[in-house]
Amino acid sequence: MSVWWAIAVTAAGCYLVKLLGLSVPAGALERPLVRRLAALLPVALLAALTGLQTFGGQAGALALDARAAGLGAAALALLLRAPFLVVIGAAVVVTAGARALGG
Amino acid sequence: MTQDLPVRNPDPPEPTVPPPDAPHRSRADRAVVRDALGVGTAVGLSGFAFGVTAAGAGLSLPMACALSLLVFTGASQFALVGALAGGGAPATAAAGALFLGVRNAFYGLRLSGLLRLPGRLRPLAAHWVIDETAAVSLAQPDRRSARLGFAVTGVTLYLLWNLTTLLGHLGAAALGDPAAWGLDAAGPAVFLALLAPMLRTAGERAVAVLAVALALATHPVLPAGVPVLAAGLAAPLVLCVTRRGGGR
Repeated sequence: MSVWWAIAVTAAGCYLVKLLGLSVPAGALERPLVRRLAALLPVALLAALTGLQTFGGQAGALALDARAAGLGAAALALLLRAPFLVVIGAAVVVTAGARALGG
Repeated sequence: MTQDLPVRNPDPPEPTVPPPDAPHRSRADRAVVRDALGVGTAVGLSGFAFGVTAAGAGLSLPMACALSLLVFTGASQFALVGALAGGGAPATAAAGALFLGVRNAFYGLRLSGLLRLPGRLRPLAAHWVIDETAAVSLAQPDRRSARLGFAVTGVTLYLLWNLTTLLGHLGAAALGDPAAWGLDAAGPAVFLALLAPMLRTAGERAVAVLAVALALATHPVLPAGVPVLAAGLAAPLVLCVTRRGGGR
């Protein structure tokens, strides 16, 4: 599958699930177990993505580098209830700073 | 990209004999528009980080713009691009992005009752059913404000997200190596900012911790992109344990 195919499949799939939610009569997907799972699935995926893109190195290696410092700054900003852009900005600036210092 | 909405001042007391309704209504409308513009602008600008990340992952300008125009759900876009950059197979990358997109169906379920959109508007509005529009709409006290909040957040975000994706990709070449600017931290920071408001209960925290452990443990042995899907198992696992333990 080429990259364009991945984009097409993602676009079509993401649109269809959005439309499905708006169109399905309320109650069809409202079973408690389904709702719990739907709430927890993004938690798992987002946590995994955060971990992998912070500590994942090339070719299956794990790495502790400047990104970890940046994400620490982002976590601190989140604890201080900073706005979204400030959180992202803190991660970027601290990562760049740590890297410039040779981290 | 859920974020805390600004706490609105309690509405002024309803006048006992409502005047022709216009002044109160327009004040309430302005408050909704202000909230919606704030969320739309802040998150829309982070499309810049997406554009740069997409360029760093080797995606062409049409590819990055197609993602923002047609997928238009940030976490899925970052996930797809991150998986491709990490050497993941396109099919695996798309699967991860799709799994992340499923939550929008549940926003849609809650929004359909609240907004009660006419059938012909639904296919159009569906494209804007994402974290931010849901957060703004669900925070409104009535249908009129919810519709207004949905529309203003949707328009603002859609325009800015696509414009900043374009600019980010174009600017990436001038920036050189995105890592030197720390821009490789933007993707995970977006994920963390989305995740943070979801971590309210012990169950949710357990899922997050288990998911990170599963992802990092399988990262050395599974093909790129697959560890994210494996970590998705943390959700049913924790659900199983808490149900058996009489958690609910």
